[in-house]
Amino acid sequence: MNNSLKIGDKTFTSRLFTGTGKFSSSTVMKDAIVASESELVTVALKRVDIANEDDDILSHLNHSRIHLLPNTSGVRTAKEAVFAAQLSREALETNWVKLEIHPDQKYLLPDPIETLKAAEELVKQGFVVMPYIHADPVLCKRLEDVGVQCVMPLGAPIGSNKGLKTVDFLEIIIAQSNVPVIVDAGIGAPSHAAYAMELGADAVLVNTAIAVSKNPIAMANAFRLAVEAGRLAYTAKLAPTKHTAEASSPLTSFLNA
Amino acid sequence: MHSFTSLFNRQDWDTIVADIYSKTSEDVETALHNNKRTLEDFKALISPAAAPYLEQMAQLSSALTKKRFGNTMQMFAPMYLSNECQNICTYCGFSVTNKIPRRTLTDVEILKEANFLKNKGYNHILLVTGEANKTVGVDYINKAIKLLNKEFANITIEVQPLDQNDYELLSKNGLYAVLVYQETYHKEEYKKHHPKGKKSNFYYRLETPDRLGKAGVHKIGLGALFGLEDWRADSFYTALHLQYLQKTYWQTKYSISFPRLRPHSGGLEPKVIMEDADLAQLICAYRLLDEDVELSISTRESEKFRNNIINFGITSMSAESKTNPGGYVVEPESLEQFEISDDRSTETITAMLKEKDFEVVWKDWETFSLAPNKHN
Repeated sequence: MNNSLKIGDKTFTSRLFTGTGKFSSSTVMKDAIVASESELVTVALKRVDIANEDDDILSHLNHSRIHLLPNTSGVRTAKEAVFAAQLSREALETNWVKLEIHPDQKYLLPDPIETLKAAEELVKQGFVVMPYIHADPVLCKRLEDVGVQCVMPLGAPIGSNKGLKTVDFLEIIIAQSNVPVIVDAGIGAPSHAAYAMELGADAVLVNTAIAVSKNPIAMANAFRLAVEAGRLAYTAKLAPTKHTAEASSPLTSFLNA
Repeated sequence: MHSFTSLFNRQDWDTIVADIYSKTSEDVETALHNNKRTLEDFKALISPAAAPYLEQMAQLSSALTKKRFGNTMQMFAPMYLSNECQNICTYCGFSVTNKIPRRTLTDVEILKEANFLKNKGYNHILLVTGEANKTVGVDYINKAIKLLNKEFANITIEVQPLDQNDYELLSKNGLYAVLVYQETYHKEEYKKHHPKGKKSNFYYRLETPDRLGKAGVHKIGLGALFGLEDWRADSFYTALHLQYLQKTYWQTKYSISFPRLRPHSGGLEPKVIMEDADLAQLICAYRLLDEDVELSISTRESEKFRNNIINFGITSMSAESKTNPGGYVVEPESLEQFEISDDRSTETITAMLKEKDFEVVWKDWETFSLAPNKHN
């Protein structure tokens, strides 16, 4: 089975996407990303000085295997998001954008209405749009209809490390989706990542759990292995789970007597 | 119009003080064990009963901060534009009663100061003025923001409270945040310290964050000036204010600052002393109440205190600050608002932060809604 993942015009070997926030230094960030073997790394546009070629974050991500995924974190409306994406396409020379519109400042929960509006416009303008959304199966279908190349439902609020609190809805999304499903936000431990992959998620995005670990490089490695294990388990088909032992068939055994 | 005033008027200062001081170690332990903490828990955590639990509070606070903000420290610098002021504030060097020559920076001077701070690495800037409507009213501030929005990614102001439409205008030109400290939530004490000028209107100031929320300003900074009244009660009111605002203006970010009275020209002795341990306890209590609120510490605090408190939950800090207009290059000797305590250079502070495994963050904002000419 071909185990690579295709999104837009790119093919990924690694199904672990990572981020650049919260690290104690750019060097640690780079080493952790290299250890994760991630090929797609999100970076907040508001955090980088895009006019400056020597920007500390950007210069540390200058690596042939790493594709940059600029995100629009900080915008509150579709209009601002479209503007941010245009700015990033011009400055960073990529038409990929992680669409994040979370006007809610406390839990950073995404605004579905503005996100759908922005996604539609950005697709029209030729962007590869990766929308960060709540685990809402209907919204996923609506986004698919306007032409996004994948969906990124959350497992739990960003940075909460709580795991897959939305699992029942993620399962519906995965079952229904015609585009890759990337579980984003809330994944706090390698076991959560493995679980998402076992469910059939096409990839996961992990940032806080790696960046804030006492040893980000080892943790990046642990996530890499967990994502690989989860994917392998998914393709191998998990044995069905049973809640009770089935010793005999007391009701139907007479049929075979 | 809906505002914090109605909630404020339902509180009683003396009852709150009595409540806080009657908290027991049991209340503190309950607060520590709770996953989600309430304002009642906050009262326990700022009470004298919590003092013996400071180490535990600090460790919890530190862990929560790391989870939410990572190993980062946001840097900002204040830039005083004017020390002209028509208010009497008993504790402030700029008080109109202080007969010292005044100074308001011109465009050219503002750019000179800006250039100095840019070269130091600053990309987030805090513009400060006194309250003098004729010289440093909304037009002056608007002009300064327009002048600086190409130079800095993030502009915050700490100026006189303005009307909602003023804030809307400033936002359109790149204003990001407004700091407005109530000084004290004790209405009668407030009157004593602000007997004259527009600032003597307690409720106009109290409702400023409401006007900011309605105007859609991205961030609102709250605080009380410690030294005027019981810091615990003032902090409870600040937390109450914070939670009210968060529920009402959910698209706005919030930050808390912790100004303690500092010596200044013509100065007032603090009525209430807040010790270092008290401030440390308060910082932890805020973090335990709210994982997301930004906590800021300025150069009012000493080198030793700042080196250590950054591990408690602080998310942004200033360095090398001057509290007088033109203080960096234009006119270093002009009247300052207060004496800073930590006068180490920006380079020394950032080296200290790196040593302690903090990533120094210079830029964490981009005004995507600004007129396109900014990005040419």
